[in-house]
Amino acid sequence: MKRTPLYEIHRELGGKIIDFGGWALPVQYTGIIKEHHGVRTCAGLFDVSHMGEILIAGNGAKEYIQKMVTNDISNMVEGRVVYSPMCYENGGTVDDLLIYKLGEERYLLVVNASNTQKDFEWLRDNYHGHDLSIMDVSESYGLLAIQGPASQDILQKLTPEPLENIRFFRFLQDIDVGGVKALVSRTGYTGEDGFEIYVPAHQAVQLWNEILDAGTQEGLVPAGLGARDTLRFEAALPLYGQELTPEITPVEAGLGRFVKPNKGEFMGRDVLAEQMEAGTGRKLVGFEMLDRGIPRTGYRVEADGKDIGFVTSGGMAPTLRKSLGLALIDRSYTDLDTEIFIEMRGRTQKAKVIDTPFY
Amino acid sequence: MKVIEGLKYAKGHEWVRMEGNRAYIGITDFAQDELGDIVFIELPEVGTDVEVDDILGSIESVKAASDIYAPVSGTVVEVNEELEGSPELVNEEPYESWIAIIEVNDTGELDDLMDADEYEKYCEEEA
Repeated sequence: MKRTPLYEIHRELGGKIIDFGGWALPVQYTGIIKEHHGVRTCAGLFDVSHMGEILIAGNGAKEYIQKMVTNDISNMVEGRVVYSPMCYENGGTVDDLLIYKLGEERYLLVVNASNTQKDFEWLRDNYHGHDLSIMDVSESYGLLAIQGPASQDILQKLTPEPLENIRFFRFLQDIDVGGVKALVSRTGYTGEDGFEIYVPAHQAVQLWNEILDAGTQEGLVPAGLGARDTLRFEAALPLYGQELTPEITPVEAGLGRFVKPNKGEFMGRDVLAEQMEAGTGRKLVGFEMLDRGIPRTGYRVEADGKDIGFVTSGGMAPTLRKSLGLALIDRSYTDLDTEIFIEMRGRTQKAKVIDTPFY
Repeated sequence: MKVIEGLKYAKGHEWVRMEGNRAYIGITDFAQDELGDIVFIELPEVGTDVEVDDILGSIESVKAASDIYAPVSGTVVEVNEELEGSPELVNEEPYESWIAIIEVNDTGELDDLMDADEYEKYCEEEA
């Protein structure tokens, strides 16, 4: 298994290490629910160094990225972050990613860990005719996320830069945080305020320790992948591999606002534009269990005695204390309050469609 | 990891405490720790007849769902309904939080289960 620069720290902190798509990472330190509440009420510190970073630079960088992703980056200024799906010609999703504009014709794409190699090859195989370079720079970065309402107060102790000036989906680069030169963005994957901090890999341990020390008084907790998943689930943020796959388009997944058919040609445009125009046969919805039981990824969904789709994510939502799920189902059943049935462990349990995000 | 002397243990990490011919069934400290935060328990129905290794119920944590298997054969005569509302009790006190009581047909079956020492070794090998 691959290790992040913080592997030894996770072990020292009693992290329960699991194999997460080939990475040895802590699923929890003290308990998923405790860490989840820690983030919602104060702040949590996550090691997300496994995420991939791909640098695209050169005269054709902007034009090329415009062609490869569904969102529009034409008006991006330096210091901005844009979220975008990246699709195949058939509209299926290659990945969803963050695009950082580091400078003129210089962009950092932050991609899902398990997709790094695939994305890199996809970008490399399609770039002919563009004057640019594409580099997988994942190994040179350590990436920490501090998430939760106390994040700014804690992180501010470590930097002279006024963090309140970094608005949502903006970043500053080359600023001093705890003695380390870092890129700090106001982004995250929890539904809370917070920051993601990119540092040279060899300084990740130093920064982790600085942040933990700075936040101890406030109640900052180290948080693992388990809480990361329950937090993003409550916020109904998509997880690649579940809500988005090569077989699911971003329009089906309810991410149409990140698809811009009017920006010009791009990979997947024809299919996605058609789906936005005509609607899709199936749609992602949120649901709440009315009968007992916990929905899990892959469970079948039924209504009127027929199969109408499947659960993409589900679980007991720790903040809401409800058994909830996301499901990709036939659009005739996607109105709010529609009754649907989840096939779970040999039983058919009633649920109803509800609004998202849950939190 | 806590293992208690005097209980019997199954390979599926269930414990059995005998009182007469009534077998109290729960899951072990090792099992609750492996599962993590438990959020849901499906209890069997009172009156159900079960054979060894039949599914007795299920237990779900934030991360995963897993079945509870009957470590002995017999009839379910009582279930711990308190766990439906407070499944976290299994995390907090795994050996107090019995899940069901089975009236055992043949106490000889208990010989097939592990004692505390054997179970401790079994867990070390699994870990």
